[in-house]
Amino acid sequence: MRVGFVLSEMGIGLRRNLSMAISVILVTMVSLFFFGAALLVQSQVQTMKGFWYDKVQVSVYLCGELDDSPRCIDGAVTQSQRDAILETLETGPLDPYVDRVFYESSQQAYERFIEQFEDSAITENVTPDVLPESFRVKLADPTKYQVIAEQLANTAGVERVQDDHRILDPLFAALDAATYVALVLAGLMLLCAVLLVSTTIRLTAFSRRREIGIMRLVGASRWIIQLPFVLEGVLATLLGAALASTALWVIVDRGLGQLSSGRELQVRLIDTTDVLQQLPYLFGLGIAVAVLASLISLHRWLRI
Amino acid sequence: MITFEHVSKHYGEGQRPALAEVTLEIAKGEFVFLVGPSGSGKSTFLRLVLKEEKPSSGTVQVAGRDVGRLRSWRVPALRRQIGVVFQDFRLLGDKTVYENVAFALQVLGKPRHVIAHTVPEVLQLVGLEGKGKRRPHELSGGEQQRVAIARAFVNRPAILLADEPTGNLDPTTSIGIMKLLDRINRTGTTIVMATHDADIVDQMRKRVVELLDGRVVRDEDRGVYGSSR
Repeated sequence: MRVGFVLSEMGIGLRRNLSMAISVILVTMVSLFFFGAALLVQSQVQTMKGFWYDKVQVSVYLCGELDDSPRCIDGAVTQSQRDAILETLETGPLDPYVDRVFYESSQQAYERFIEQFEDSAITENVTPDVLPESFRVKLADPTKYQVIAEQLANTAGVERVQDDHRILDPLFAALDAATYVALVLAGLMLLCAVLLVSTTIRLTAFSRRREIGIMRLVGASRWIIQLPFVLEGVLATLLGAALASTALWVIVDRGLGQLSSGRELQVRLIDTTDVLQQLPYLFGLGIAVAVLASLISLHRWLRI
Repeated sequence: MITFEHVSKHYGEGQRPALAEVTLEIAKGEFVFLVGPSGSGKSTFLRLVLKEEKPSSGTVQVAGRDVGRLRSWRVPALRRQIGVVFQDFRLLGDKTVYENVAFALQVLGKPRHVIAHTVPEVLQLVGLEGKGKRRPHELSGGEQQRVAIARAFVNRPAILLADEPTGNLDPTTSIGIMKLLDRINRTGTTIVMATHDADIVDQMRKRVVELLDGRVVRDEDRGVYGSSR
């Protein structure tokens, strides 16, 4: 009986303030959408970092036949130079910093290049001899790149030392910035949602003041008077959360799904399981917004 | 049933008190008229009984509870013992007569079968049998007040407060309402009625408490409205 009564009161409240309820739903949807997007971008960043940081981290490119850089004036790297470099890395002073070293010949570099750009016309213009041979070094501590670079910079036969992290850092920085922007937008919209829910409760309380007055007079308990208002807000924000989740799902499933289907990507893209993992946070935050707003406004507008 | 001991109520700093040092005892089953001009403190008295207001000083006891000290979460339990009727009826226009009365039971969480049983009974008591499906605007003023009384009484409260219940009604209709209140009083319900209606007070010959500027200036059994009008 009580449950039915509370639900029907909530229904009346929602119908009377339909436009307000819709705006609560939409604002909640947009804010939770930004929030969810931020979470997803971060989980993509984590996946990418995990993938790339696990791979080769520093590339030591060796001089080739055709290199015209000043360091390679003496021509291509010789076998003794190659051995010397490898020794420096594996047993010499750099040993404590190095985890593993792989050698990649020009031919191997070419094969990997062809594999990577298999659909592209660029492969036709590339031959193995333009791609330098290299040592791919996996560091024990990825932050100690500078030590390797300094040590090998003036070693004969080394064209240049490249930290692969440095290539990725701007990408990660951009994704981080996008995350912060999304979070700030989400925060602002959540604030709007709180204010809207609280205004809605105030309006509903006003439009139902006769009923509420009678409920108070006949001794209805506080929760039976206030619960319909709280549930109204919770229902509206839950609908907003559901819409936001659906939007994120569709974007990840259709957008990113299309992008990765039929293609051999080096990195796993986020998929719908990542969206599923964010759902508890989205819905939890939605409920928190509604309850917070309700507590504020019930205290002000619905005293017993 | 209702005890006021040295109760004063100030609404604002420096203002004349709405009630000043009122000491009064109303026993169970009594019928009391509260009379006095507007602003004499009648409504404040009723609001203190309901704990719509807190006394500034003194103690108010209602049905064995010290109302001034009552925790806010216990206030609903107090109000379930009190029915209230107003001059302007305060019915819900979008609900039928039956629904208006049932509303008071629904919000207390009474089971459906109890409501289905109790509401027709109380509608019959107030003389509205067969009118349960009407809406308030289809009824006369007297009938609307009967609905309001039915709603106030449906939960069988120990006390019924009436704030000028005949204020909007013509004399003949008012007499009907008074007969109804008298009948409710005979079931053992304590009734406190604030009124300006001298004819009614004179006819009923019940206890009369007269307030003037927040003080009790007269308290007589079987009294009349008085000469001070």
